[in-house]
Amino acid sequence: MKESLHALSGAYVVDALDQEEREAFERHLPRCLDCQAEVASLREATALMADDAAMTPPDSLRTSVLAGISTIRPLPPEIAHPRTEESAPSNVVPMRRRRFRVASLVAAAAVAASVAVGVAWHPWDDQNTSSVSAADQVLAAADAQKVSLDFKDGSSASVYRSKSKGKAVILTDGMAAPPSGKVYELWFQDSKGTMVPAGLMPKSPDAKVLLRGNASGATAVGITVEPDGGSQAPTTAPIALFDLDKGTT
Amino acid sequence: MTRTSSDASDPPDRVTGISAGPGADQAPDLAELLKLSGRGDEAAFARLYDATAARAFGLAVRVVRDPSQAEEVAQEAFLEIWRTASRFDQSKGSAVSWILTLVHRKAVDRVRSAEASTRRDTTYHQGNHKIEHDSTAEAAQASMEARRVRQAMSSLTEVQREALELAYFKGYTHTEVASMLDLPVGTAKTRIRDGLIRLRDTMGVGQ
Repeated sequence: MKESLHALSGAYVVDALDQEEREAFERHLPRCLDCQAEVASLREATALMADDAAMTPPDSLRTSVLAGISTIRPLPPEIAHPRTEESAPSNVVPMRRRRFRVASLVAAAAVAASVAVGVAWHPWDDQNTSSVSAADQVLAAADAQKVSLDFKDGSSASVYRSKSKGKAVILTDGMAAPPSGKVYELWFQDSKGTMVPAGLMPKSPDAKVLLRGNASGATAVGITVEPDGGSQAPTTAPIALFDLDKGTT
Repeated sequence: MTRTSSDASDPPDRVTGISAGPGADQAPDLAELLKLSGRGDEAAFARLYDATAARAFGLAVRVVRDPSQAEEVAQEAFLEIWRTASRFDQSKGSAVSWILTLVHRKAVDRVRSAEASTRRDTTYHQGNHKIEHDSTAEAAQASMEARRVRQAMSSLTEVQREALELAYFKGYTHTEVASMLDLPVGTAKTRIRDGLIRLRDTMGVGQ
């Protein structure tokens, strides 16, 4: 298993893995110093290939980027726990590595049933921006259950729920856009069948969304089509219902 | 800013010392610019943008093809770079590879999702925009490097080079690459890895 995962390093750095392989490799990476070193060094090689592709971007790109940053607050640095193996010689590229470090710490903490994790990440506080790592933590959770649905139009979606974190994440692949003036709303269904609002889906076909609210008691996750802005209770029948009792870990 | 260490002298003029000067021949220190960006320095980020935008945009165009979509991809990527600049760690890899990794991932995600939702319009915008090859200082500088890279690429076996280009520049998965090149399933990933290792060793990077 390890052997075959290791062989994915090259395809990983050129983003040539399908989603399942990518996830498997990213679970493997934080535990394998060899792969971390290889990924980092191969990334330098791919960056060289891009030299040959250089092309003057339109001025509008510069304008919109510089206008955009003035409205975005840069994330603070992640502060590593002083007692972690921070000084260990690992070489994976930083952006990913940091995320893994947090995820693996969280997993370790969960196993040890410890509450104090000395890492300053920013959990669940900002749905659109810094929740990336929060969602990834749910995906990486040891107790994450997965329920997937395939739809007739070829799109698919998976819900991951971690009871220990009390959170759920939905990943969509190729979702059609909602009708104009409408939005996809997410719901937690409890054991009495009550639907509790859990946030809105962004209007992109492929999304990774951390559901709002506590997922530990939910029996299902639903998606309905609602008027823009969403509703407090579903106004239409769910277009998808993910039965969490059928989840696999 | 509360305390300074020996390598961060907290100067009142934040760009002093990293300015490339009017000639701009000297490549700016991208890692330093990223560090300043992480602290919210918009001027530093503008310089980072100017130093990397042609490569980022060009890479996005190679992958998604449609220039207007490539522009969106590059924009998203740069905003993400700004937001996460503080997470960049110079000891783990170069700034440019960190930046281009992010751009590439976004570009590939874009083509895959476009394919998943509709398999018909991959070229639907093409021809609406005229793209000219870069003529700026960055390109001039890059082109020397690019020539070396092209030489290094030509040292790969044909199948290594094709597999690598289909994956990196066209955004295909290794399974798709295997099928396109009539390779046994599962061998394209090996060709891609072998090719990258050779490229890395020939160019002497990443050590």
